[in-house]
Amino acid sequence: MSSTNYDYLDGNAAAGELSKVFAVDITTAEGRCGECGTTKCLAEAHLYMHGPGLVARCPACEHVLLRLVNVREHMFLDVRGMTYLRLDTSRSEEAS
Amino acid sequence: MWRVGTVVALHDETPTARTITLQVADWPRHVAGQHVDVRLTAPDGYSAVRSYSIASAPNAEGRVELTVERLPDGEVSPYLTQELAVGDRVELRGPIGGWFVWRSQQMEPIQLIAGGSGIVPLMAMIRSRASAGSSALFRLLYSVREPGGVFYRDELQAISDGVDSVTITYAYTRAAPRDWPRPPGRIDASFIAETTWSSKLIPTCYVCGPTSFVESTAALLVTCGNRPDKIRTERFGPTGGRNEFH
Amino acid sequence: MGTISRGFFGRRTVADVKLPPGQYLTTDFPVLSAGPTPHIALEKWEFTIDDGTNVLRRWNWKSFRELPTENVTVDLHCVTRWSKLGTHWEGVSLDTILGEIESDAEYAMVRSYGDYITNLPLADLRNKQAWIAFRFDDEDLAPEHGGPARLLVPHLYLWKSAKWVRGIRLMHEDQPGFWESLGYHDYGDPWREQRYSGDE
Repeated sequence: MSSTNYDYLDGNAAAGELSKVFAVDITTAEGRCGECGTTKCLAEAHLYMHGPGLVARCPACEHVLLRLVNVREHMFLDVRGMTYLRLDTSRSEEAS
Repeated sequence: MWRVGTVVALHDETPTARTITLQVADWPRHVAGQHVDVRLTAPDGYSAVRSYSIASAPNAEGRVELTVERLPDGEVSPYLTQELAVGDRVELRGPIGGWFVWRSQQMEPIQLIAGGSGIVPLMAMIRSRASAGSSALFRLLYSVREPGGVFYRDELQAISDGVDSVTITYAYTRAAPRDWPRPPGRIDASFIAETTWSSKLIPTCYVCGPTSFVESTAALLVTCGNRPDKIRTERFGPTGGRNEFH
Repeated sequence: MGTISRGFFGRRTVADVKLPPGQYLTTDFPVLSAGPTPHIALEKWEFTIDDGTNVLRRWNWKSFRELPTENVTVDLHCVTRWSKLGTHWEGVSLDTILGEIESDAEYAMVRSYGDYITNLPLADLRNKQAWIAFRFDDEDLAPEHGGPARLLVPHLYLWKSAKWVRGIRLMHEDQPGFWESLGYHDYGDPWREQRYSGDE
């Protein structure tokens, strides 16, 4: 079952939403897909954001890497689909 | 956090696309390739959010230029391209995105490939290169449906004619100018091979436009020998317009 | 509330009809999805009812299309705040599908091709409240709207009307589905505005 619908964006498009809660841009972080092991930046994920929430999927196997839902003043975040996210802390103390 | 920008200038690029120049107080300096989220709010509180790539080069004056294409069924783009007036205020969040960016410290050859409105963030990169005085090797392949759809035509002409130039190739997919050497049609592998930096130079490639264009173009770049990790993409969705997220 | 944008009204339509709280009327049909559109060949399509251990009933496309169908006109309410009224569908009633099944299960997990799941009480699938719909507006249901067949349970928010439906798992205890596990309401009645978990 493959898709020929090009209704997804890049993980880059989630950067605005994620900036509400993360001080660093996690879309440049490398993540490893928990299903197939593909390792890429979150910005390279296939991003579906037209529905009740945002879903980032592995570009290789479409496994759900990350899900995000805004509920009023809270954000629900599920990152279980990634074995890890590798975040760069070297610039975290610089002024943006 | 949302900031408020004031519209200081409007300029029509094509019959359906307009560049909006915003002045934003306390704007953190952006990097070429980044985008902003624009939020519009109706009097009853209904709001819509859309993402737009920044067209202007990084600058210290808080100037943010957005080039918006009017989508036929759009909810926000008709307002931005037809209703918004100089003096109006717009809420924006950003600059956003650290992946699809070009920094002037990058010295490697750069291949830019734009599909339609995908030219916007790539234009920011071209402008950034100029304002930084960089002599990095830049090539642009700009695919449009027909000649009337080209954004920044005069500026691109001046750049390609100038010193330290950027080589620009236009690809027309539906209608080409008269006497154009290549009949209109979609880009294929041999066209990519002829008009882009050889993969032996290990260029960093930036591809931007509708998702289907980006997918097929990125695949062609790989066919021509470029490594996937040297290709950065920005997909604008099926119609070329990024949609709303609640 | 954000800065008001002079002259902006959005795509909403003013209507005299009563909508559930917080909803706006739309005349188009937005396509919202959490993943790629599956393309299922009809000769491979199946719909099953299972209890987690055993398959209780199974239909292929041919046997499914031999079931009696109904034409219904219903209103759709999406939790992302758009409502579309008076939509026409043809489908098989869940009363027909569940008809002969004897079970003391009280809940159902609706499963789709792809990885989408959504939960609801079994009673909300019965009594003329739900259909497996395969035609919309007198045409075969398009893939981007859930074709070949989707669940249609219009008295709940549209995320419960699972697209690309492939089956129902009967459960004795309620378990949250794809969106219910991430902040959305387990039941989802638009008229009580039950969007998020914790909403009364």
